[in-house]
Amino acid sequence: MSLFRRKKKKELPLFSERRRKKKRRREVGVGESKKRNPEAETSLFHSRIIICTGISLLMIAVLFCNLYYLQVISYESYQTRSNENRLKVVPVVPSRGIIYDRNHVVLADNRPVYHLVLYPNKEINTRDSITQLSKLLRLDLSEKEINNLVFQASTRKRFSGIEISDLLTEEQIAAFSVHSYRFPNVQVVASLKRFYPFADIVTHAIGYVSRINQADVDRLTAEGKIDNYEGSLEIGKLGVEKFYEDELHGKTGSREVEVNSHGQVIRTLNYNAPDPGNDITVSIDIRLQYYIQELLGSTRGAVVAIEPSTGEILAMYSNPSYDPNLFVRGIRSAEYQRLLNNPGHPLINRVTQGGYAPASTVKPLLCIMGLNEKLVTPLGSYFGKPSFRLPNSSHEFRDWRPWGHGWLDLYRAIEISADTYFYDLAFRAGIGTIHDYLDRFGFGKRTGIDIKEESLGINPSRDWKRARFNQPWHLGDTVPIGIGQGYWTTTLLQLIKAHMTLANYGEKRTPHLMRNIVDPSKPAEELDYVSEEQPPVFEVNDPNYWDVCRAGMYLVVNGPEGTGRRAFFGAKYKAAGKSGTAQVVSVKQGEKYNAAKLKVEHRDNALFVAYAPFVHPRILVGVILENAGGGSAKAAPVARAIIDKYLLELYPGGYMGESTPHMMKFGIGGTVMVQ
Amino acid sequence: MTEMSKESLSSLHNVNTRQPHGNFFTRHHVDLPLMLFFCITLCLSMFVLYSASGQQSDMLVRQLLRTLAAFALMIVVAQIPPKVYFKLSIYLYLLGIVLLVLVELFGDISKGAQRWLNLGLIRIQPSEIFKVVMPLTIAAFLSRDNLPPRPLNTIIAFALVGAPTALILMEPDLGTAGLVGFSGFIAIFIAGLSWWWIILGAAAAGAALPVMWNFVLHDYQKQRIFTLLDPTTDPLGAGYHIIQSKIAIGSGGVFGKGWLQGSQSQLDFLPEPHTDFIFAVLSEETGLIGFLILITVYCFIIGRCIYISFRAHGNFERILSASFTFTFMFYIFVNIGMVSGILPVVGVPLPLISYGGTAMITLTISFGMIMSIYTHKKVMFFKS
Repeated sequence: MSLFRRKKKKELPLFSERRRKKKRRREVGVGESKKRNPEAETSLFHSRIIICTGISLLMIAVLFCNLYYLQVISYESYQTRSNENRLKVVPVVPSRGIIYDRNHVVLADNRPVYHLVLYPNKEINTRDSITQLSKLLRLDLSEKEINNLVFQASTRKRFSGIEISDLLTEEQIAAFSVHSYRFPNVQVVASLKRFYPFADIVTHAIGYVSRINQADVDRLTAEGKIDNYEGSLEIGKLGVEKFYEDELHGKTGSREVEVNSHGQVIRTLNYNAPDPGNDITVSIDIRLQYYIQELLGSTRGAVVAIEPSTGEILAMYSNPSYDPNLFVRGIRSAEYQRLLNNPGHPLINRVTQGGYAPASTVKPLLCIMGLNEKLVTPLGSYFGKPSFRLPNSSHEFRDWRPWGHGWLDLYRAIEISADTYFYDLAFRAGIGTIHDYLDRFGFGKRTGIDIKEESLGINPSRDWKRARFNQPWHLGDTVPIGIGQGYWTTTLLQLIKAHMTLANYGEKRTPHLMRNIVDPSKPAEELDYVSEEQPPVFEVNDPNYWDVCRAGMYLVVNGPEGTGRRAFFGAKYKAAGKSGTAQVVSVKQGEKYNAAKLKVEHRDNALFVAYAPFVHPRILVGVILENAGGGSAKAAPVARAIIDKYLLELYPGGYMGESTPHMMKFGIGGTVMVQ
Repeated sequence: MTEMSKESLSSLHNVNTRQPHGNFFTRHHVDLPLMLFFCITLCLSMFVLYSASGQQSDMLVRQLLRTLAAFALMIVVAQIPPKVYFKLSIYLYLLGIVLLVLVELFGDISKGAQRWLNLGLIRIQPSEIFKVVMPLTIAAFLSRDNLPPRPLNTIIAFALVGAPTALILMEPDLGTAGLVGFSGFIAIFIAGLSWWWIILGAAAAGAALPVMWNFVLHDYQKQRIFTLLDPTTDPLGAGYHIIQSKIAIGSGGVFGKGWLQGSQSQLDFLPEPHTDFIFAVLSEETGLIGFLILITVYCFIIGRCIYISFRAHGNFERILSASFTFTFMFYIFVNIGMVSGILPVVGVPLPLISYGGTAMITLTISFGMIMSIYTHKKVMFFKS
């Protein structure tokens, strides 16, 4: 204030002076005037300079205080933030375990692929970059795809890139390299991608991996595994790839890196190697699998070949199939629509998901029930009429042979697949008993196969019908169950599992694909498959019952009237089997089945189950051919071909039957030498 | 000055101790201490610039050549006696105004503002001219009359300041307009602006602020002010620069991370690390010590200039040298203040350190004039 007053005082005389010297002219020197007060001016000037110097010092003090606050008081907080800026822990994705077939042929491999990744940067227009890259590399991105990428770029968290292309060709990489200076925030990133060299041959068994979606993220989060998937792009979606996901995936490593503001990695500070996933050997023989694909051609159907003594699945094929590599790449909507709309429904695994009427193939299994429940005896005779009628009913349950079979014992009933014998058996057993035995054979529940795509089929019961249709169970519902029709549906694998129990004399085995799991760093330690079948044995009153039913199946293939005898004529081994012809639609009373008159999808399904060699079978084959016709005519030759291929061509010199023939007696005086 | 005339032959020499024929440098109108401080600053600049530019030596060479050219220009400017500038000032001012109007009409647009004028051969930024011309004009105008200036002269002086400032503001270039306006104002202040004017002006500015806010400021300028008040509201947008710059400075600590070791600077987290934000690089790598060294060098330069202003004779010379001096200080304050987050981000480089030719030339011309004021002595015969 004192300064202020001083100025004011000074001004007054100058103001008064002004009037007198109105016309002042500059005469000497620069800025000099005729009449002035140099001393007053100098002191004014000096005081102003001092004020300004004071203000300058104040400014410096302000700057210093601010810097002191930043660099001394808040030092630690800023240091932390600086480190957060520059240090980044990058997940290192482990390489996925390889899947081999039983002969160490690679079924699922990892191949390097090159991605084009853009790290969004404020300085660079993302849309322009993408558009230019699309043009340069001929990516043919649509406007919608570009919009989507730009949206991703704006929503992605800092430092993470967006993938413009996930499969660059070598030409594209070369083209990009030449022009890379124009795209400083775009990088080519190499990664391993799953590749299935056999394409559609083993799709349903091995499955595939595909991009992790939100549902996977939710599931992994719930299971507490999400941290291990940091950086992973793919996850098993089907088959073995899905079931053994935890084994195959491995443990994600990490890399502490220094990044710049664009997210580009400058250098690595710390490296934690990932644990690669474990390799899996599956029991499938790709040669047999391929052979089956060739055999089926365009016929819709499914085939399982299994080793009954272990439950190892040798082949598992569902026709038609599809190329899993499409899903790895990221299937396009049009391709997916084509798969969905394909009348053959390739996406369904017919082996484990197809619900079929098992038809006559289950007759030997029902015989076990009959024998164990003392409803039939091996030699007890029954007269096979053209049809079966329930008491006090006019409805005719027809036999497949319009004129009937005449006198039957159990062996002949299986051999010739006499329907009336089993109508009678089912009628006398009742649905409760049947349901119970079918349950023990594994129908209507999971087989335990190590893939997740499995439907349960229907093991009908009174409760089931009440729950499903809200109707009581009728006696007439029980009768067709005897020949594997009616409400009963099963998957091929359930049927095979039940027959495997029979072929093993009651020893139950879980059908499975995995043979062993090997940690690549410790190849000596193999983790073999452990069956968890409960109970492990199918208990019957007399173990001889198994022999009786197996003998019936032996006759199907080798007997004089056996339904499969033509297909297995001249086989170099002794096989056993059972045919089945499943009606898809019911034939009205008094009408005859005529394939030619029916629509293709309403024709009969052909089934055949066979195993060989007879005493200690090495292979058990189940074949189902949709709408192909009779089981013995259509499916049996396929089963024969597969067994021939396996026993004679792929693994020759193995056990082919007993060295010393032994006599088997059948029913009404029949004897056969079994080798 | 130690080498001042030891052999004072006459009383004339006693009056004017800094006689023009003292030593080699003063004879050639070069002020040795200032030159020395400039060289120290230049060395400092080279070190920081090398780090800030990502260790590009070609950038360094370019800046070095530019600086040497600017120093040469400074020496040339120093050869011309102040009275020539006095006479030229009004023409320079008018030329500047014309160029500004041309910019308004035909200027090139870059980063949303019209600042450059393409003259075919060269592109110039007329607003930069006023950083020199503005104090020059005001000093020339006010020193024609007695000091302190009469109200009419004060009004005219403010009008002289206001016209180019408004034109620059229209480009829009808030930073340069502020600097130009400030340099004009400081000249008027040093000439002896009445404190009443200052109080009235402050009151008027306070009243005009809401009007400015609503009608004059562009959205991006408002955004900058918002961002300054709370950078965290927009950490990846406008506030990003300030936050990253503060992180760089704060993480430097007292001793810094070491030359070329600043992660914020070396890993591109800083915006424009070699121009406007070069102080953040310096602070991160050399810490508070670096700031103290820098400010000490600056203080020497400013101190020397204040000394020259004190010793200057004639109102024109005094006003000119003092306003250049304090404008220089103001540049420093604005740049460091903006980089350390207490002032809004306006495009003001750190004088003598930042990369760039225009600002360097503007500065060297002003310092050339200060040297000219110091070395072209006017003998005052009437003093004994």
